[in-house]
Formats: sequence, C-alpha cells, structure tokens
Amino acid sequence: MESAAIPERPPRSRAEAARESISKYGLIVLLAAMPVWFGIKDLADDGDLSRLANNMKDGLSNGAIWALIAIGYTLVYGIIELINFAHGDLFMIGSFVAFGMIGSVGLTIASAGLGLVLGLLLILVISMIACGSLNVMIERVAYRPLRDAPKLAPLITAVGFSFILQNVGLLWLGGSHNSVPDLVSSQNALFSIFGVNVNNGDMLAAVVTVPLVIVLVNFISRSRIGRAMRATAQDPQAARLMGINVDTTISFTFLLGGLMAGAAGLIFALYQTDVWFFSGFIAGLLSFTAAVMGGIGNLKGAVLGGLIIGVIQQISDNRIGTEWTAAIVFAYLVLILVFRPQGLLGEQTREAG
Amino acid sequence: MSTATARRGRSFAMPKKVGPVPVSTLLTVVAIVFAFLFPFFFDSGSGFIGDSTTALIYVVMALGLNIVVGFAGLLDLGYVAFFAIGAYTMGWLGSSWFADANVHVGVSEILQKQPGIHLNWLIILPCAAAAAALLGAILGFPTLRLRGDYIAIVTLAFGEIIGRIAVNSDEGVLGIGSFNLTNGRSGITPVDKIDLPFLERFTTLNLRPWYWTALALALVVVFINFRLRDSRIGRAWIAIREDEVAAVSMGIPTVRVKLLAYAMGAALGGMAGTFLGSYINVVNADQFEFSFSIFVLAMIILGGLGSIWGVVVGALALSYINTRLIPDVFNTVPSKLGLDFDLTQLGFGIFGFLLVIMMVLRPQGLIPEKRHQAEFADVTGSGDEPIVEVRK
Repeated sequence: MESAAIPERPPRSRAEAARESISKYGLIVLLAAMPVWFGIKDLADDGDLSRLANNMKDGLSNGAIWALIAIGYTLVYGIIELINFAHGDLFMIGSFVAFGMIGSVGLTIASAGLGLVLGLLLILVISMIACGSLNVMIERVAYRPLRDAPKLAPLITAVGFSFILQNVGLLWLGGSHNSVPDLVSSQNALFSIFGVNVNNGDMLAAVVTVPLVIVLVNFISRSRIGRAMRATAQDPQAARLMGINVDTTISFTFLLGGLMAGAAGLIFALYQTDVWFFSGFIAGLLSFTAAVMGGIGNLKGAVLGGLIIGVIQQISDNRIGTEWTAAIVFAYLVLILVFRPQGLLGEQTREAG
Repeated sequence: MSTATARRGRSFAMPKKVGPVPVSTLLTVVAIVFAFLFPFFFDSGSGFIGDSTTALIYVVMALGLNIVVGFAGLLDLGYVAFFAIGAYTMGWLGSSWFADANVHVGVSEILQKQPGIHLNWLIILPCAAAAAALLGAILGFPTLRLRGDYIAIVTLAFGEIIGRIAVNSDEGVLGIGSFNLTNGRSGITPVDKIDLPFLERFTTLNLRPWYWTALALALVVVFINFRLRDSRIGRAWIAIREDEVAAVSMGIPTVRVKLLAYAMGAALGGMAGTFLGSYINVVNADQFEFSFSIFVLAMIILGGLGSIWGVVVGALALSYINTRLIPDVFNTVPSKLGLDFDLTQLGFGIFGFLLVIMMVLRPQGLIPEKRHQAEFADVTGSGDEPIVEVRK
C-alpha cells in the first residue's frame, strides 16, 4: 500500500523477486496440496487415479457454476470496488426463477429432444434477464445513493440486501429444500473417457458456461461499452471527462453480473436438482473466494478461481466430509487474503495492501 | 456522569460550559434510576423482564462490536465467534459437561454434589473475557495488512470457521479423535445459573436478579466505553478510522492499536456470551450463525456508528423489535392483509431492510457521533454546521 505513493517503482531487487515468486508459487503449492495428497492415496489404495479424476470432473462442473457467479463479483469489484454481498443471494433467486419457470413452461421429466432444448433455452434467457434486471435495481436503490459515502456504507447495504433477498426466497418457496425435476437426467453418463464418466449434467454446465464466458470476455475486450467499463474501472473521473456516462456503465456492469448469476442459477437447479433459499449464502462465499483466488477484478482469474474452488469443494465433500467443506474453503480464503491478496492473476490493489 | 465525560473529551473543540447541571445529565440519571426500579412494576417471572434482560446483554455485545467497527473502523462480520467463545467457556466451566472432572469453586451446595466443573460466574467472566480477547487478537492478526472490505471478508470467514468447528466438534476436535467437545447442535445443557452474593436466587421463575446483573454489566460496559473513547487509545482508534496513513505518520502504532480494538471488542462479546449461556441455559452450535453477527451490526448501524448512547438505543430498539414487536404486535399483520406467512421467520429480512434504509436515508444513525455526522454530511452543506474538514 505504501508503494502506491511512490511515483516510480524502483527496479526490483533479487530478494523482492524471490519473495514475489514464493508468494505466487506458494499459493499454487497450497492449492495443489489436496489433489496431490489424495492422488497418492488413491494410487496406494486402488492403483489408479480414476476416483480422483471423477472428483475433479465433478468439481469442474460445480466450478463452472461458481465461475459464473464469481464473474459477477469480480466485474462489480473491478468497477466500483464493492464486494456485492447480495450477489450469492441473487444467484439463489435465479435458481428459484428457473425452478418456477420449469413448471410454467411445462417441461417435465418426459420432455425430450427439441422441445426440451428450446424450453431450457427460454428458461435460461428468462432467469438471466430476471437476475440482471434485479441486480440493476439493487444497484440503483442501494449502492448508487452511497457512491460518495464512506466505503463501509455500501458494503453494509449489500449485506442488508443479501438478507432481504434471502427472505424473499424464504417467502417464495418456504424454508425447506425444493426438489427440481431432473429434466436432463443429470447423473446419467453420456460417455466415458479414461474411466471418467461425463454425465449429462456436466455437459450442460459446459455447454452453458463456455459460450457465455467466451462471449463475455470478447464483449468486454472488444465492444464500445466494454471499453467504457474498463475505462471507468481505471478512473471514473477521467472516464466521465472523456464523455463516458459512468452511471450507465456501472448499471451495465451490474446487468452483466446479474445475467451470469441467472445462468448459474439454471445450471445449479438442473445439476443439483435442489433449490433452497439458503444456498445463495454459501454459493456467494464460495464464489467470492473464487474471485479473490483468481485476482479480484480479473475476469479470467474469476473463471479459473471458480473451477479451482469447485475442485477443492468436491474433493473435500467426497474425501473429508461435507460438513467440513465450508470451513476448508474459508481457510483457503483466509490464507489467500493474508499471503497473496492479489490472487493468482490479479495485480496489487490498494485494498489488498 | 457519562455525558459529562463525553464533554470533557471534546473540550479541545468547545469551550467548557460552566453552570447548572445540564438537562442531559439529569435525564441520564433519571433513566438509570428508572432502569433499576423497573422490575418492581412487573411480576418477577414476567416475560417482559426476560426480554429486557436479553436486550441489556445485547447492549453489552453491541458496545463491544462498536469498539471494533465504530471506533476503529474495522468492519468485523465474524463477531459471533466471540459470543461463541464466551458461551462455550460458560458451558465448559459451569456445567456437568466434563463429568470426569470434579472441580467446584464458589458455588452453592446443590451444585457441589454434581460432577463436572462448576465455577462461580464471577470467575468464569474474566476467563471468558481473556479467552475471547486472545482469540480476537489472533483472528485480528491476519487482517492487519488488509483494509476495508477485505477485513470484512476475513472476519466473516473466521466467524464461519468457528461456527463450523462448533457444529462439527461433537466427534473429535477438528475431526481428529473422538472427543465430544461441543455436542454440536444438541448443545451443552443445563448450564449453571449465575450465583451472586447479596442477590436473590437466580431461577427461571425469578428473573429480577438476572435483569439487575445484566443492567449492572451494561452500565459498567457503557462506562468502560466512554473512558476508552476519551483515552489515548480511543483517540488512536478514531484516528485510524479517519485516515490510517495520516495516523501512522503521526506515530500511532497501528498494529498494537488495532489488535487492542479487536481484543477489547472480543472480550466484551465473550462476557456477554457467558451471561447468555447461563441465562438461556443451553450452549448449542445453532446460536452461532452469521446472521447473529449481522443482527449485532444492525444495532450499531441503527444507533449510529461510534456513538455510545446511539448504540445503546439501537441495541435496545432492535432487541425489543426482535423479541416483542415482530412476534407479538405485528405478527397478525400479514394475515390481516390476506397474506399467508409467519412474520417471525422474516426477522432477518426486516433487519436487512433496516440496514439498507438506514444507510440510504440516515447513514449516521439515530444518535450520530459528531465526527461521523460530519463525514456523512453533504459537501454542499445542508445546514449542518461543519465541525472539521473531513477527507472523503
């Protein structure tokens, strides 16, 4: 943080470079520790790595969901330096919209073929738009009035909105878990390579996530409004002077984050076949961890972080026990924030010291 | 007493007024006297005394969090961890949980015959405060290099980790071994009642001694808060909150000062935890969820960050809203409107709503702290007299 005040960075000394690489590779070693440990254990017990490979595949599918949510965190943080606490719960609302629309569109387990694909596409679009517009509304109501206030203020309204959304979910579908019809038979194996069963659900996660991420990355790096977003992220004042409508740009960022959360909501509902009002809280924390791990503000980092967190979560669920997963992921979060706050791909920020 | 202290603290800015006792001091004295006499207007087992006792303990907790968030400006979202440590200290040192041990210090004859560790609450209280303060400093340590929302996230993560450990430590501590430390969601129960000399017996039917103990604790903590705020350390906290870089260049040892803030806040949370553990008569893992941290945070936001009387008012208000207003008064409203839901379920939604509304409409809180008010005031000026030029 002190270095921010120095106008020109002196050339890096060797010790500094060494410290830098230790902090970078330390994180990678830390992340690789769990898969490697269980890989060795598998080799010793079963003689092959198929169990670990299956864990990792499930983890990547889960991770696709966290990646989509993490994009929302990272975009918003990148532009207004706010941890949008309500984002996880926005995703929960997305999964609820998807759940509700499945009934309204008339999809059942019996539907198949083109009808199923079109129906799901329609639901995807609706839940994306619902979450996107909800996110824009939240920004308008809760964050925009506080743009000049101390930084604590919008963070507190974000926490407040998180609780509001949670209770909206509670009112909507009640406090119990709701099971979603297994439209795509998500646990049915589609094909198998090297002993890894790729299921319908994994395919769904990939088919939705990959195009969305590619479109988004290209959109932000190529389009006019994407350029405006990056300009605003760098310096809102200068961007305004250059004729960029900063308020609209920020709203648009929230819209994009919301769209991704809506898509994640649909995948989650179909993949886990279970929606619950409280799922947003834990999803939010996992995804935030993912965003921080990748380097908050960095789009590719968020995707990478999401996939890694998915794998960690799956291995921990499968090997250590579901009840410890949250604690393990949070421990990772603390370790990252303490030892490498800028994440894997991120740059040093003022906040992270 | 307290208002006088407050004025002395600000005397560098305002000339000292000399004259008759100010109205606010009189009001404070009247309010305290009323608070002490208030249980006599109710039946000794009345639910209202019970709720007031809870409210007063929440005051203690909110004042603890106020030190961290309000004074030092470190947004702590894992405050529930210290409540947990306090409550578990009470559970371990004041119940028959460790049935193999046989330690009795300063407890009644009935408890002397029971197995387990039974210490008097007056002994447990400092133990819990020390344990919580230590934990506070340990958990605070990793956040020292961080700022703003990163601190919030790390503390939140710690709060959740402590919560998970509480839930899962019914079979082995941290999943190692098979020792049952916390009994998970079933919890440790019964917990010893507080036993103090010169007071009536603490029972579930006679809530007056509970109330008086809570009131005394709350008043002591209010006093401590005023003394702390006006002390050298308190000024250092506020300096860090206002501008950390400037504070450092003025020679404030940020590490020590920040750790002290975490430790002090945690100690008060731990003390409140021992009382609640004994009062609720059970210490179980479900009490220690993230939403509780937000509940306490909402109290200090409502009252006004950093403003001691504001926090007292905020804590009392939210506590009564939680225990009286939502379940009793407003619970029939949805059905009258033709809606079918249970309002008590939505308690935290209402608190969330309150947080948003307060932040947008009145970010400085009900009874704002002078300095914060200036910080939140519009640059163009809306009639508020500018006290100091505050950097945005």
